[in-house]
Amino acid sequence: MSELKEELKAKIINQLNLEDVSVADIADDDALFGDGLGLDSIDALELIVMLDKDYGIRLSDPKEGKKIFESVQVMADYIGEHRTK
Amino acid sequence: MIDKFHIKSYCHIKNQTISVNGNALFCDESEDFSTFIKNAYKFLKTDYSKFFKMDNLSKLAFLAADVLLKSENLNEDENDIALIFSNRASSLDTDRKHQAAIENDAEYFPSPAVFVYTLPNICLGEISIKHKLYSENSFFIFDRFNAEHLQLYANSLLRSGKAEKALCGWVDFDENSYSAFLYLVGKEGEIEHKTEEITRLYNIL
Repeated sequence: MSELKEELKAKIINQLNLEDVSVADIADDDALFGDGLGLDSIDALELIVMLDKDYGIRLSDPKEGKKIFESVQVMADYIGEHRTK
Repeated sequence: MIDKFHIKSYCHIKNQTISVNGNALFCDESEDFSTFIKNAYKFLKTDYSKFFKMDNLSKLAFLAADVLLKSENLNEDENDIALIFSNRASSLDTDRKHQAAIENDAEYFPSPAVFVYTLPNICLGEISIKHKLYSENSFFIFDRFNAEHLQLYANSLLRSGKAEKALCGWVDFDENSYSAFLYLVGKEGEIEHKTEEITRLYNIL
């Protein structure tokens, strides 16, 4: 699980073009949206594509993302439970 | 009597150099655009968290506009400055990236962050958000720089009271080839806003 969380942090930084943010800057429980990393609605769509592409998880309702993308910890738990690849 | 308008300031970004009113402001040896524009962003102390999420055309347009507008003491709530931009390549650089992401049915994962930039006028939105511009904006595609069109269109907006000032010019990006020339026109300024002068400034560097 720890490895998956580090992997997710690296992917978030890389795919969402977060300049001057390192893996060490993101705590497992940091909020990804709002006051946390400050991600926006387009970032949320990118994360939905990432779930599908890298972990074989297709969200039937994009609104599910609001809860799943709460933090790296929540994302890792969800991916661990639902991944198909 | 017909109002006359003047060019107050202008900016070029090309050949790894940013110039304002003909004077070099920033030079960099990076031949790669991404490195060059990132170094320029940091050198200019530009503060806009979404900058690194933009496509290349928007980064180019955004920095060129920011260089001119940041010295205008703009209002924090709203500014009456029209945007009249043009180029040749439209959003082709980003269109190609999107095309590459959708041409393989087995690996069909188009990026929303890329797709949103598959129109050239998106860069106008980025500039408008940063500088609180709520006035007219247009993006035209031409084979080559068209000073006459910029002059006529800007003067029309200014004369009809649709805008107090206009930021006009050319921002073109395709396959690491880039060129930006923007100028600010309004009632203040030394250079008369006429086709010959616009063309002269465009070619000055």
